[in-house]
Amino acid sequence: MKIEEIENEIIDEFSMFDEWMGKYEHIIEMGKSLPLIEEKYKTDDRLIKGCQSKVWLHSELKDGKIFFTADSDAIITKGLVAMMVRVLSGHTSDEILAAKMDFVEKIGLKEHLSPTRANGLVNMIKQMKLDSLAYKAKV
Amino acid sequence: MTSTKVISEEKIAFDINNIRNDFPILSRKVNGKPLIYLDSGATAQKPKQVIDAIEKYYSEQNANIHRAVHRLSQDITTIYENARTTVQKHINAKHVHEIIFTHGTTESINLVATTFGKKFVNAGDEILITEMEHHSNILPWQQLCEEKNAVLKVVPINSEGELIMDEFKKLLSAKTKIVAITHTSNTLGTINPIKEIISLAHANNIPVLVDGAQSIPHTKVNVQELDADFYCFSGHKVFGPTGVGVLYGKEEWLRKLPNYQVGGGTIKTVSFAKTEYADIPLRFEAGTPNIEGGIGLAVALDYINNIGFENISAYEHELLEYATEKLSVVEGLKIIGTSKNKASVISFVIDKIHPYDIGVILDQLGIAVRTGHHCTQPIMDKFGIPGTVRASLAFYNTKDEIDELVKGITKAKQMLR
Ligand SMILES: Cc1ncc(COP(=O)(O)O)c(C=O)c1O
Repeated sequence: MKIEEIENEIIDEFSMFDEWMGKYEHIIEMGKSLPLIEEKYKTDDRLIKGCQSKVWLHSELKDGKIFFTADSDAIITKGLVAMMVRVLSGHTSDEILAAKMDFVEKIGLKEHLSPTRANGLVNMIKQMKLDSLAYKAKV
Repeated sequence: MTSTKVISEEKIAFDINNIRNDFPILSRKVNGKPLIYLDSGATAQKPKQVIDAIEKYYSEQNANIHRAVHRLSQDITTIYENARTTVQKHINAKHVHEIIFTHGTTESINLVATTFGKKFVNAGDEILITEMEHHSNILPWQQLCEEKNAVLKVVPINSEGELIMDEFKKLLSAKTKIVAITHTSNTLGTINPIKEIISLAHANNIPVLVDGAQSIPHTKVNVQELDADFYCFSGHKVFGPTGVGVLYGKEEWLRKLPNYQVGGGTIKTVSFAKTEYADIPLRFEAGTPNIEGGIGLAVALDYINNIGFENISAYEHELLEYATEKLSVVEGLKIIGTSKNKASVISFVIDKIHPYDIGVILDQLGIAVRTGHHCTQPIMDKFGIPGTVRASLAFYNTKDEIDELVKGITKAKQMLR
């Protein structure tokens, strides 16, 4: 699936909930399917800054596509990372760099996220794009 | 003078509904739910008396102080200096010139660390703080020690979150130049035995700076009775405006301290060859101050004195006991900071749940708590936790709100498991 298709799929899923609780439960649920980062990669240099909880992110290049693994010590944050990984993982650098990620607003989450959290989310996306840029330079 | 007259003789009975009506923000909604504000330790809400005073300042009184002969300037100078007197009386300082207006607790501490450090701290000297200090009462001293090759000594706390007094006594030494300690911990709620600490330090001729940021909103402080050498607090935590704070210093100490920031307002006469500086307190107040802040702070102090600290203390104590009891029975919840002598601040962690997750869910329910390390990372290290959820209560909170908090936590636990 293309990035945009996955985004639309997520927008569809969230449109089923008109209450915040459902949305958050869905986020938490998504966290359970996050491809977990290997323990040995849970190092300080893989920590994403700006989150009140810890988020580790690791990326690998396979057949020209980038795959992310991650983890967080907070459940909601883990769900959010999982959602980002679901959208961006398995795509090429160019596709990842071009992704607008405006679905976050469309699913009505941005307003629900506290400023520190929103920054965390922004930083997650930024780090994923930075990783992609680094691979692009190598290719 | 804008401030309302304090009617200390005939204390107004404590009526929570009347009090809540004084705080406009308490009737707003957050995420569609009535706001439950349990973060007064970070900053307190403001009564309409304070808001009105600020509005009045800008719409009727605005002029610079100490600068002009015109009527507005004279009037506002009088009002501003009366505010200083209100602060003096509130903390029972001996002289009004012992009250210096700053931007807040952090600046007050920096002022003393910088000026006292410049003159009195040398290589090998020691500065004594505690493990429960806010970063604002750690970093200025840490930086000073680095600059001067002095040594920062830290009094440890026990598992209840109380100072270990025997360690304090051991750490006081001939090399100690100053003790800097919080009156009440913003994270643990612990109220330190400040009077005893000061008298122990004074027995060794060591001055004491007290960080009063979290005690001034909850209790009547008498700096002469405590015999504090320096006492610092912030306006915004005591129901006043942000950006204004107080440094109280004993006259003899303030006179000994060198200048801090200099510029307009701090002088008698200036020439390129020689400047003659003003007397205290103005020598420490460079530039145009936060005028509406000082005025608003005085109105806030009048406001709480009007309610009366006997009433405030009794009510907050009741809230604290109620909240402690209700939270203690939540399965998996552990209160961090269990001293018998506590202000109405409750920090807690819940088994296997990140404090942050709890904060997000509570926010959805309109409940404002703080999560994280609360600018006291050493305490988190001590207890081996990433952070806590902190509910800090003020006299405008209610038992119903505590019940909602407990319900919210229960809901969060269900969702997060
Ligand atoms: C104990 C303590 N000291 C110092 C401060 C710093 O106060 P301010 O940010 O108003 O300077 C705080 C505020 O969080 C505090 O709780």
